[in-house]
Amino acid sequence: MTPFLIKLWENIKIAIRALVQSKMRTVLTTIGIIIGVLTVVSVASIIEGLNRGFANQIANLGSNALYVQKYPWASMEDFSKFRNRPNVILKEADFIRERMRLAEAVSPSTGTRQDIRSRGKTLNGISVNGVTNNYDVVTGLVIEEGRFFSFAEIERDKNNVVIGWEIKENLFENRNVLGEKIKIGTTNYTVIGVTEKRGNFLGQSLDAEVYVPLGTVFKNFGWHRSISIAVKVTDATRVDEARDELRFLMRLARKLKPTDEDNFSINQQDVLMDMYNKLTGGLYTAAIGIGTLSLLVGGIGIMNIMLVSVTERRKEIGIRMALGAKRKVITFQFIVESIIICGVGGVIAIILSYLVSIIISKITPFPSAVPAWSVFMGLGFSALIGLFFGIYPASKAARLNPIECLRYE
Amino acid sequence: MESLIELKDIVKTYKVGSVEVHALRGVNLTIQPNEYISIMGPSGSGKSTLMNIIGCLDTPTSGRYELEDVPVHEMDDNQLAEIRNRKIGFVFQTFNLLPRANALHNVELPLIYSGIHATRRKALAEAAIEKVGLSDRKSHKPSELSGGQRQRVAIARALVNNPSLILADEPTGNLDSATGDEIMQVFKDLHAAGNTVVLITHEKEIAEQANRIVYIRDGNIADDVRI
Repeated sequence: MTPFLIKLWENIKIAIRALVQSKMRTVLTTIGIIIGVLTVVSVASIIEGLNRGFANQIANLGSNALYVQKYPWASMEDFSKFRNRPNVILKEADFIRERMRLAEAVSPSTGTRQDIRSRGKTLNGISVNGVTNNYDVVTGLVIEEGRFFSFAEIERDKNNVVIGWEIKENLFENRNVLGEKIKIGTTNYTVIGVTEKRGNFLGQSLDAEVYVPLGTVFKNFGWHRSISIAVKVTDATRVDEARDELRFLMRLARKLKPTDEDNFSINQQDVLMDMYNKLTGGLYTAAIGIGTLSLLVGGIGIMNIMLVSVTERRKEIGIRMALGAKRKVITFQFIVESIIICGVGGVIAIILSYLVSIIISKITPFPSAVPAWSVFMGLGFSALIGLFFGIYPASKAARLNPIECLRYE
Repeated sequence: MESLIELKDIVKTYKVGSVEVHALRGVNLTIQPNEYISIMGPSGSGKSTLMNIIGCLDTPTSGRYELEDVPVHEMDDNQLAEIRNRKIGFVFQTFNLLPRANALHNVELPLIYSGIHATRRKALAEAAIEKVGLSDRKSHKPSELSGGQRQRVAIARALVNNPSLILADEPTGNLDSATGDEIMQVFKDLHAAGNTVVLITHEKEIAEQANRIVYIRDGNIADDVRI
């Protein structure tokens, strides 16, 4: 070891010894830093969790998917304005399917909420999706057991059903479900498949849904309903072009005059993402700001304690200087103390933030994840705080006059 | 042989508010290697200031100070710290040990600041503690030692870096007379072993144990007596 490394190591040992010797003070100071870092990392975790959950969710919609619907997903306008629009109908889906060049797949669907019964058990208000045979391909739905609908089943409006993972859990537990009957509304359906577990989004289970042939929804639950036409674009780079084509075809199908406004909406994932970012961006900045503020308070706590410590340990500083400690060595000793307090605080805070994240995702509908960047940010921040708020007390210690320090009792 | 310490026209002036205090008014003093010398004077005479300058804790306002032919008066803080570390062993009236560190660690301190490896440092510190007869107490903290033992630890610390000069400031001031005599015997032994010892005191009986007494009065050397 070189003399420099020896001095470095000895200084770290001296700092640790000094911290251990005043345990209570060290613990209290560390708590300040823990709270600061914990706040920052936890806020970051919640944000990251929400973002990730949201991104996953809308990723299911597909970045190259367009949805023709009666209502827009996000609008600054009054929704009552859209109520008088005509329903989107199956014929329009067929019209698009026949003509659209940039469509890889066109999948109409519709939905209703119904009670579901099987063997005396009832689930209320379950989302029933009327779909066609390529719905799974267009939306990325994965079948875990059994199969999805065939073209023939859709054509004949067969009373078959694909159920969500959670529906299976609730109605059948671990028993085999394929071929079992369930009653949706007043009609019996035969289970032909179960979808893979998808999890929660904002408290809403994505696994408590069922899928039936589109025609059976009209047949069993009424004809007067608007559908959604999902269009999968052949080339993800030509989505804008496809959007124009789709709009043109819809206007053509509805025989709109050039002066007429669109009486339908073409929705896509970007719109949702934009809206989400707009709504939450400011909130996140504020939350991070508050977290940073508490870190700052912790830092000021450190500085305060270090200043007191310098005054109290004047004698020690004098002795060390008399024995040959250079000013920079004294500076270093106190900065190391401050960094150790903050570093330890940072590590504890990150461990705690993992726990907080687990608790949050358990007791609230919000998903939470501690992102790697927030761990580094938390640690880096606390070390920086230690350095920044340690510099002033340390340089104060180093500027002391050894003669006066030795006289101090 | 060249002299160990050469002080020429050392002046030290403090400013207390708007009043100038002349602590030293042109001190000339030469100390040879292996001298045993007492610097004596009443409080306020300037002997503490002189000690601080000799000990490189302070610099003169004007004048020359050469320690082993090295001009110390023109050095900066860092260089002075290095001189204190390598060439000077301090012994204080109030011992000035680190209260929470054990005897061995206290003795090790100067070696830490000269960047000596832990194994060698321990060996040197143990040897120094042995010299003052405290090997069986090396892991005691200062609060667990008697006044005399504490001063022995301080002396071991002063010796450990093998300094050119041992500078003792009222080393018996906080001790009873019997213990004080023991400590004075340690200094006598150190001198006999070839060390240079500078003793600062206001007590005549203590000063007279040295081979030479320098009397300070009003910032000047009033008398310089060889016994």
